[in-house]
Amino acid sequence: MWRSRDVISARDFTRADLEELFETAKYMEKYAKSRLDVLRGKIMAVAFFEPSTRTRLSFEVAMKRLGGDVVGFWGAEGTSVEKGETLADTIKMLDAYSNIIVIRHRYEGAAKLAAEVAESPVVNGGDGAFNHPTQAMLDIYTMWREFGRVDGLNIGLLGDLRHARTVNSLLEALANFNVRVYLISPEYLRPRAETIDYVRSRGLKLSFHTNVEEVIGELDVMYVVRIQKERFIDPLEYEKVKGSYRVAPDMLRNAKKSLIVLHPLPRVDEIDPRVDATPHAKYFKQAALGVPLRMALIYLILS
Amino acid sequence: MSRELIVSKIEHGTVIDHIPAGRALAVLRVLGITGREGVRVALVMNVESGKLGKKDIVKIEGRELTPEEVNIISAVAPTATINIVRSFEVVKKFKVSPPEVVRGRFKCKNPTCVTNAPREPVEPAFYLVRKEPPLFVCAYCGRYHELGDLL
Ligand SMILES: Nc1ncnc2c1ncn2[C@@H]1O[C@H](COP(=O)(O)OP(=O)(O)OP(=O)(O)O)[C@@H](O)[C@H]1O
Ligand SMILES: [Mg+2]
Ligand SMILES: [Zn+2]
Repeated sequence: MWRSRDVISARDFTRADLEELFETAKYMEKYAKSRLDVLRGKIMAVAFFEPSTRTRLSFEVAMKRLGGDVVGFWGAEGTSVEKGETLADTIKMLDAYSNIIVIRHRYEGAAKLAAEVAESPVVNGGDGAFNHPTQAMLDIYTMWREFGRVDGLNIGLLGDLRHARTVNSLLEALANFNVRVYLISPEYLRPRAETIDYVRSRGLKLSFHTNVEEVIGELDVMYVVRIQKERFIDPLEYEKVKGSYRVAPDMLRNAKKSLIVLHPLPRVDEIDPRVDATPHAKYFKQAALGVPLRMALIYLILS
Repeated sequence: MSRELIVSKIEHGTVIDHIPAGRALAVLRVLGITGREGVRVALVMNVESGKLGKKDIVKIEGRELTPEEVNIISAVAPTATINIVRSFEVVKKFKVSPPEVVRGRFKCKNPTCVTNAPREPVEPAFYLVRKEPPLFVCAYCGRYHELGDLL
C-alpha cells in the first residue's frame, strides 16, 4: 500500500510494496516519453538543499509526464534557507503549497523530520550519507527488468561501500529478496555495522571480499560506486588499490556473458568508457528507468 | 546494615543502592536532579559493599521514582538497585534495566544528524536494539550508541 505514504527509508518497504511498484513502473515505461494526464492539478514541491542533477530532474520529469506541476528550489542560495530559516519552517511552507514534497538534504534524518512536520507525503531524495531509497528501488527495478526476477541473483557491490549513500539503501531493500550479495571493497570501506547487522537480521546472505577476481565469475550484477581518494588514510594505499576497484574490459573477461554492470551515476573514472560499448553496460538504461520508476512511485502515492 | 546507614533514615522516597563507586553525581545528572528542585537528597560515596567492593548510594526524600524514570540510570549505573521507602521501610525493590526508548535528554553523537542541526524543532530519540550489553540506534540517523555514548 503506497497511498499517501512517506518514503523515508528503504527499510519501510516490503517485498509486496516493491513488486507493486515495479509492475506499475513497467506500465509507466510506455508513457515515459509522452504524457499520462492522471495527476492534473497536483503540485510537487522539490526542496533540494543540496545539488543533484539526475535525481531532481527525474522526479520533475516524472511529475510532468503524469500531468502534474512542479515548484521548488535547488541549492540553498538566494532562498530563505540561506537567511537562516530552519528546515522545519521551510517544509511547513512547501507543505501548504503542494501535494507532495521531495527533499534532498545534507543531514541524516532530514527527510524524517520533514515528514513529521508535513501533512503531505514526503519523499526522501537522499539525506545524509546513508539514505537514498528511491535510488535503491530504481537499482532493483533495473535488475528485475533485465532478468525478469530478483530472487536467485548474485549481486556484487564494488567500491566505497561505507560512504556511498546508495549502497546502504540498496542493501536494506535487497533484504526483501532471496539474493546473495558479495561486498567487494577495502576492509575499512565496508558498510557500517548498523547496516550489516540489519540486513543479516533480515536473512540477507552476504560475504566480504577485497578482490574482484575472486568472485567475478559468480556475479549476475555488478553495482559499482566510486572510491574517493580522500577516503584513504594512506595515499600510497589509494594508488595501490585504485586499479582493483576500477571496472575495465580485462576485469570482465572472466565474467558471465549475462553479467550486468550498474552504477548510480555520475561516474568519474571507476568504469572505463570502453565498457560502455559492451552488452554488460546497463547504467545508462538504469538512469533512463529513473523516470518511469518515479512516475510509478508518485502515482501510487498520490492517486 | 546499621554500619551502612551513615545518613539519617528517610520516611518516604527512593534509595538508589549499588551504584558503582564514584557515579552518584552522574546518576543525579542523568535523572535531571540539580538540587534546585528543593527535594532533600543525600549522597553517600565510596562506602564498603559486599557485592561491589565499594559503592555509592543516593537517597531522595519525598519522591518515588518510577521504573521508566530510573531505567535511564542504567547508562551510568547498570548495577543499581532501586528501593522505594514508605514509613521508613523498603516496600519495593527493583533492578534497573535499559529502557526501550530514550527521548530527549541525550544528544546524538553524529554531528550531521538532523537532531544536531541548529534550531530545528526535533527531540533526539534512541531505540534499544540489543539488551546485553545495551545498544541503541538514533531514531533519525540510525547511528549506534552504547549507553556510555549517550552521556
Ligand atoms: N528508611 C530508610 N532510609 C534511608 N535508607 C534506607 C531506608 N531503608 C533502607 N535504606 C537503605 O536502602 C538500601 C536497601 O535496604 P535493604 O534493607 O533492602 O538492604 P539490603 O537487604 O542490603 O538490600 P540489598 O539486598 O538490595 O542489598 C540500603 O542501602 C539501606 O541502607
Ligand atoms: Mg545491601
Ligand atoms: Zn542521530
